Amino acid sequence: MIDFSSFMTEVLQLLILLLAAPAFTGWVKTVKCRMQGRTYAGIFQPYRDIAKLFSKEVILAENASWIFRFTPYIVFGVTVLIGGIIPLVSIDLPLADTADVIALVMLFAIIRFFTALAGMDIGTAFGGMGSSREMTISSLAEPAMLMALFTASLGANSTSLTHMVQVMAHGQFILRPSLAFALLSYIMVHLTETGRIPVDNPATHLELTMIHEAMILEYSGRHLALIEWAGMMKLFIYSALGIAIFCPWGIAATDDPSGMLLGGVFLTCKLAAGGVILVLIETGLAKVRLFRLTEYLGSAFLFATLGMLSFFILE
Amino acid sequence: MAPFDIAVIALILMFAPVILAPCCAGSRSLAIHLSFTMTAAASIAAVIAGILAVQHGVNTTAIVDMGLPDLPFHLRLDPLAGFFLCVIGLLAFFVSIYSIGYVKGFSANRSIVRFVIFYSLFIVGMFLVVLADDAFFFLVAWELMAASSYFLVMYEDEKAENRRAAYLYLVIAHVGAIAILLSFGVMAGLANGFESFQGYTFASMRATTYPLGWATAAFFLSFFGFAAKAGVIPLHVWLPEAHPVAPSNVSALMSGVMLKASIYGIIRITFDFLKVYPWWWGGIVLSLGLVSAVLGVLYALMQHDLKRLLAYHSVENIGIILIGLGLAMLFTSFHLPVLAALALIAALYHTLNHAMFKGLLFMGAGAVLHATHERNMEEMGGLIHKMPWTAVFFLIGCVSIAALPPFNGFVSEWLTFQAFLLSPALHRPILSLLIPLGAALLALTGALAAACFVKAFGVTFLGHWRGHASIQAVKEVDWHMRIGMLLAAITCFSLGIFPTVVINWMDILAEKLVGGKIATTAGKFGWMWLTPYAHERASYSSFNVFIGILSVVLVTYLLLHAKRTAIRRVPAWDCGFARTTSRMQYNATSFSMPIRRIFGPLFHIREESEAIQPVRHPAYPEKLRYRLRVRDRFWTWLYEPIGNVAFFVARLVGNLQQGRIQVYLIYSFVTIIVLLVFLG
Amino acid sequence: MTPSYAAQINSVMAALILLTAFGLLIQRRILGLLHLFAWQGFFLSVSTAIVGYVTGVHHLFISSFLTLTLKVILLPYILYVLMRKLNIKREIESLVNIPATMLIGIALVIFSYHLTSPITHLSTLVTRSTLAVALATVMLGLLMMVTRSHAVTQIIGFLAMENGLFFAATSATYGMPMVVELGVALDLLIAAFIFGIFFFHISTTFDSLDVAQMAKLKEED
Repeated sequence: MIDFSSFMTEVLQLLILLLAAPAFTGWVKTVKCRMQGRTYAGIFQPYRDIAKLFSKEVILAENASWIFRFTPYIVFGVTVLIGGIIPLVSIDLPLADTADVIALVMLFAIIRFFTALAGMDIGTAFGGMGSSREMTISSLAEPAMLMALFTASLGANSTSLTHMVQVMAHGQFILRPSLAFALLSYIMVHLTETGRIPVDNPATHLELTMIHEAMILEYSGRHLALIEWAGMMKLFIYSALGIAIFCPWGIAATDDPSGMLLGGVFLTCKLAAGGVILVLIETGLAKVRLFRLTEYLGSAFLFATLGMLSFFILE
Repeated sequence: MAPFDIAVIALILMFAPVILAPCCAGSRSLAIHLSFTMTAAASIAAVIAGILAVQHGVNTTAIVDMGLPDLPFHLRLDPLAGFFLCVIGLLAFFVSIYSIGYVKGFSANRSIVRFVIFYSLFIVGMFLVVLADDAFFFLVAWELMAASSYFLVMYEDEKAENRRAAYLYLVIAHVGAIAILLSFGVMAGLANGFESFQGYTFASMRATTYPLGWATAAFFLSFFGFAAKAGVIPLHVWLPEAHPVAPSNVSALMSGVMLKASIYGIIRITFDFLKVYPWWWGGIVLSLGLVSAVLGVLYALMQHDLKRLLAYHSVENIGIILIGLGLAMLFTSFHLPVLAALALIAALYHTLNHAMFKGLLFMGAGAVLHATHERNMEEMGGLIHKMPWTAVFFLIGCVSIAALPPFNGFVSEWLTFQAFLLSPALHRPILSLLIPLGAALLALTGALAAACFVKAFGVTFLGHWRGHASIQAVKEVDWHMRIGMLLAAITCFSLGIFPTVVINWMDILAEKLVGGKIATTAGKFGWMWLTPYAHERASYSSFNVFIGILSVVLVTYLLLHAKRTAIRRVPAWDCGFARTTSRMQYNATSFSMPIRRIFGPLFHIREESEAIQPVRHPAYPEKLRYRLRVRDRFWTWLYEPIGNVAFFVARLVGNLQQGRIQVYLIYSFVTIIVLLVFLG
Repeated sequence: MTPSYAAQINSVMAALILLTAFGLLIQRRILGLLHLFAWQGFFLSVSTAIVGYVTGVHHLFISSFLTLTLKVILLPYILYVLMRKLNIKREIESLVNIPATMLIGIALVIFSYHLTSPITHLSTLVTRSTLAVALATVMLGLLMMVTRSHAVTQIIGFLAMENGLFFAATSATYGMPMVVELGVALDLLIAAFIFGIFFFHISTTFDSLDVAQMAKLKEED
């Protein structure tokens, strides 16, 4: 049923994900440093960081259980699986039908669940704090995410990603305010889920300000390498998912190499632009207080609902 | 052998311990092993009967000449009854094996015979409820189920709080039963024009068309009655009181299958008898389901008693089932049978799933209670090192209820979402706007449920032991309990990996009840792909998700362990302060603090903390007393006013009781005169 | 520009007007409120101009220009000068429960859609689908006046209501007669001056512009 060329497309896509995700993080950090007037070690620094972590020794607390040791692998595995489902350069993916967007959101929930459990495993105060905050914030972000994805799916009348991309990329071009609202809401949820400012500061070293970092505070060596790499892939995946849903023009419809090469070029340009927008948002805003996040996520839900309402009212 | 005969065998086997257990009252061990083995065998027979009944679409009836003269008992095994028989039997099987180990741990001065008798009667009652084919027999079976569960809840009756909880349960169950009785009265009367008693059979109720006003009365009375027994908000207050105090195997059965008997009643009356109804019935059911789901999970997050937390989660899951039923009713009233079938299958699948994972979770909580004699999560922690098997099974239960792929909870929630997102097909603009907001609330519920189970598993099993007693005495439970939990876990996993097979099997139910089939589209691409409505619309492959994750994990593990460097174990990092204690980690109350702050207005919260004297410096208190009380607002809004009115009326009527003989003689005298006037 | 393309751009403008109406509801900073109000006026004038271009009702161009001068430039400038004179430029207001206000706002939008759907079905105009948005803007402006406690923001709520009414006129009947529009514009300008006088008065009497302070005027017994 699966022919060789689509299998190769899938493998190629996974390779792109694994190899390009640290470069995307490096690009974001470079642009941020330039914008803040600092110098930086270059786009390829995240690769060196991961390589260094792989070569380091793993140190575990005495009461770490098998959940703590198992979580990095599960997080990495689920992230790679999700990366294999989202169309990056071509729509013709054999694994693309494994999950629609709703199942995709729940796959991310697996990562969050196990990371939160690992945070509680060692029994320090910081891990529990990180888990508690992360689960609260993600619960508030879920309605907004669902509403944004639902609004985006109304145009194509489908929640299957392949179909949505196809309708958007190869269909008629219509100005849809519902999609604009959904995009705004998606960006706000993207910042929440990947732990960027204004929700969580990814570069902080003060434990009381951490949300995501606090859960993985105890990891070291190859476990930390896997988790860091999965985190970079998560940023890449969320950005690529947003690009696939909201501006997928340029993606290849079949699996011929020239189409995919062109799709890859388009993807690189769009991701570069996306990275710049991300940095502009992060530099322009400040981190919001934890209990003000209800208003932030409430506005994300509001925008997504407005998108849905304007679809039915105006279109 | 026909499925009906197998069901009868199941009934007889299940009733047998009632007679046999008192005979071997001398030897506790013999009583336990014999009775629970028989109940396990009976449950297996019920499961087989149920599977065959649904698969072949059988429709067998039988009449038993018990009961009142001219009103014999009717029995019927049709696909819907078969499905619920299968659900009840499956969980009863697992719990019976589990009970062999659990009941052995009861203290020696409690009567095992009493427990076994009521246990058998309870499950017999549930079997008879789904097999009953007339109103009279249904209510007899219902009462049998309610009464035996009352005695089971009150098993440890030396504590006053247990008696109070059981009493509350009994009161609400009987208020519900009265409503159900009235509803059957309306339907039976209309089935016959109020002329004879023969309208009481379900067959005649099925054949009647009801005028809208009476149909509404019948529906809302029966919905009220079944909702009281199912634990729908605002009639849920008995659930978090009764389930924790019952023995854990009874809690598993009550939460897993007794609540489903109410769902069976709702489905039977709405889809089978009152087949035609306006759309706003479905709207009300949907709204109540959403409210139950959200409030149930929020109340669950505030609990620190493990079994109370699980009980509130049952409220949430019943809400999710009602959401599916409400959507099915909405789609039916707009004549969209395929969408109604999708929503109904989602609700029924969730019924099966909930029985499995809630049973598993209660069994795990029972194992923890058995080993540590504690129900309070604040006194537990680090149990994963002492009870590794229980931890794994409890984790599978947590992952299933949090609706994470590839386990079973995800499949039914995904189907419910798909039903929600197909609502634009209703072509009623107001509904198209409001129903997706319901989908957002369901997403919120799912995420909060995941948070709650991170808390439950993390505080109970991970971290350090927080209790005052020593952890050394805690040991893993015996193999009976482990096998019971293992079987439930395997079922959870299988239901998640093979959804197309299950939906194929269940499809006849959708066809009979709402007139639509989804199995043809759902399984169109083979057993691996679940495509409920159309392939372009949405698809999900559970098996691929499982294999994908497994293969990446294995490949990564093998690549990284080629070097085989040993892992060094050190004490946990404590920021340089040498004396971190187990009190410094997060516990249940602190984990849910952000949610308590955000959703605070929904509860009745009283929180106070004061420093204990002597205080050396006001900025550095050394000892604090912290008190937190979170209460259900429904007590003050609904139950206390009703209680006050009831007491007020009772006091007024109590004035009749004067205590003096002359007054009573005057009552008799007046009654005689009145009768003579009216009869003369 | 084809009518369907114009209808799409008009829908986008309507969505943006709704967005600014919600933004006014939840924005805390008073300077930010002024900017949002100016943007709402801008989207309104663009929408009026497009409708005027497509339908050929030429007096709509004059209304659009009038909206631009009055609501985008003049009124915000007057309010800004007032705020500077009264030293409240950077003030931040405390709001009642933002998520609840947002949910009530969404309910109002759904309600106004339900209310206007019969008219939308019967109407033959290009702009028929935006009537619901216009009615929602009016109601959101009223909600803003209810939930706010600062005098300047209450005035902005009143002006937002007027924006909604103007948008409703354009959607339902392609604009009001020219005389009516000139009259309304003049009334708005005079209202702005009168508000200015009242602000000074309130400020000197109570030393703050918090309208909750006006409860002190109640006679205590």
